[in-house]
Formats: sequence, structure tokens, C-alpha cells
Amino acid sequence: MFDLFARVFGREDASKEVAKERLRLVLVHDRASLSPQALESLKNDLLNVISQYLDIDDQGFRVDFSRHEDAMALIANIPIKKKVGRPL
Amino acid sequence: MGEAIVITSGKGGVGKTTTTANIGAGLAQAGQRVALIDADIGLRNLDVVMGLENRIVYDLVDVVEGFAKLKNALIKDKRFNENLYLLPAAQTRDKTAVSPEQMRDLVSSMKEEFDFVLIDCPAGIEQGFKNAVAGSDRAVVVATPEVSSVRDADRIIGLLEAEEKHHPSLIVNRIRPSMVKKGDMMDINDMIEILAIELLGVVPDDEFIVVSTNRGEPAVLNTQSQAGQAYRNIARRLMGENVPMMKLEDDNQGFIGRLRKMMGIKG
Repeated sequence: MFDLFARVFGREDASKEVAKERLRLVLVHDRASLSPQALESLKNDLLNVISQYLDIDDQGFRVDFSRHEDAMALIANIPIKKKVGRPL
Repeated sequence: MGEAIVITSGKGGVGKTTTTANIGAGLAQAGQRVALIDADIGLRNLDVVMGLENRIVYDLVDVVEGFAKLKNALIKDKRFNENLYLLPAAQTRDKTAVSPEQMRDLVSSMKEEFDFVLIDCPAGIEQGFKNAVAGSDRAVVVATPEVSSVRDADRIIGLLEAEEKHHPSLIVNRIRPSMVKKGDMMDINDMIEILAIELLGVVPDDEFIVVSTNRGEPAVLNTQSQAGQAYRNIARRLMGENVPMMKLEDDNQGFIGRLRKMMGIKG
């Protein structure tokens, strides 16, 4: 019963949610042994390589780590504007 | 053949030494033969937490270097019917005085004489950690519900994996039910979800721990202490018993809590 109350009147700013979100981000980098700077440079390299073949929307370009059960995955979301110089 | 368990955390000050002392005392109370090893060479503290600091003659480094026999270095804790012994750390040496191989040999010889060998790991991830972990069969990670402690626990879990110590289990220490209820402290499920490891026990924040450390008397000796009860439960789980997790009473229940109590509703 109390849990229902807590949910209904629950504070949006409960500080544990902030803690969990900050931990989630910091652990992604810790677990991959990759600094935010290194991730940024990985992003730029990816962008450069893929741009040789496709016209990418670099505003919507996202690279992040994600945890699926026990495994880590690098997830890249790369919106394409159009193919560059279609062959033939 | 006994089992060697390393108590570790990464971060300092989260309660490794208190946890080691109380689990050891809890196991000894339950009739197990237990040896505690203080692996924090240069910063020994398990002796004072146990109240045995005046009885040290030889230490871990003396034994490893062959200056003393193990049986002469072990301090018997007379409160626990010949069941509990402490091998203190050296205070005037540093972590490099011992190698992981030497620790492995020491722990394996102790496992022949004791049901449980508990190793109190120093904070940090350097050689002291590697020494403490070397001879262990399983690892217990202690973490408090704080961002810094959980982050370091996560790192330690990764390093344990690298040392091929698989499946560590978690003790959540110093949880405060009133803050959890308000959403101002991570709860047990939050921590298990983030760290993705098995839960061994939950120890509430208990002022009595300070009193018990002041006196050098493990909290498991006090039947009124909530933390003492939590540690006794953990000891029984390590012995293979199925003990349900303690129901944490809110220390500051407020109106609804009191109302629930009046109406006899248990959450």
C-alpha cells in the first residue's frame, strides 16, 4: 500500500535516480576502459570512414555502449541522407 | 579442507574490516573453526577491530619469511571457544614484502586446519589486492549504497574476473531504510541490477558498530544489534544454510508507517 503512495506521490527528483543515471554512464566508460575523449575520437573515425561511402547526417550520429545481460555492445546509430555517387 | 574467502571492495572505508571481523566471529559462534588473515600490510586494523591488538607477537610477514611458525603467530580469540584465530598483518613493512605465490601457499596450508579462512583485503587495486585475492576460493564484495562505492565495486568485480575469481557475491553495507523509502538512497535491487552479481547479505547502518569498534567487541556478540544479526545471517549463508534476507525496519517510520503498525499490516 505504501509503495503505491510512494509511486503516486513519488518525487521526480529522488536523488537515487540521479545516482543511478550517473553510475550507468560512468560504468559504461569504466567497463570498456574507454575515456569519453577516446569515445569521441572513435566516433570521428567512424564518421570519416562511413562518409567515404554514404552521406551521413552527422547531427543524428550516435555511438554508445549498451549492456545486454552479461555482454557489452557498441551501438552506433547512423542516419543516412543519401548514397553518394551511386555506381553505374 | 576449508574454504578461503576474500573480503574486498576497492574503495576504502566501506566496512571490509568490520565485515571480516563479524562474519568470522559469526562463523565461530556457529561452531566453525575460523582463521582471519589481515592482508593489509602496513595498515593493519583487524587486530584493533577484534580487540586483540595487545596480543600480537608475530605477524603474517614473519610467517611467510620463516621467522615464526604459523601456530605461534595465530592469536586465539578466547571469546569463541578455541574456534577463532587471527593472523595479523605486519605494521612496519609494505605490500611488496609478500608475493601472491607466498599468500597462496600460506592460505592453502591454513585451509587444512580451518573450516573457513577469511582474508581482509586492503583498499585499492594494486599488489595488496593481488596478494589478498591470490589464495582465495571465493570473493565477497562489500559496497555501500553510494555512487563512489558502487563504481569501485564494479571495477573490483572486473579485476576479480581477470584474476579468475568467478562469481563473487555482494554485501550491501550501511543501508538506511528511511532514506531508501524516500528515494534518496539506492536500494538492494538497484545495486544488484547495476553490479549484476549475487546478493550474500544486507547490513543496515547501525550506530552500535561504532560502539563495538570502540570496545573491540564484534557486533555479533550483541543480540540487540541489527548489524550483528545481519552478520550472523551472512555467516549461516556461507555455511550453506538458506537464511531469508532480513526485513529492514524503518528507523524513522513516519505517519503511514505508524498507522500500518497500528493496523497490524506487514509490508
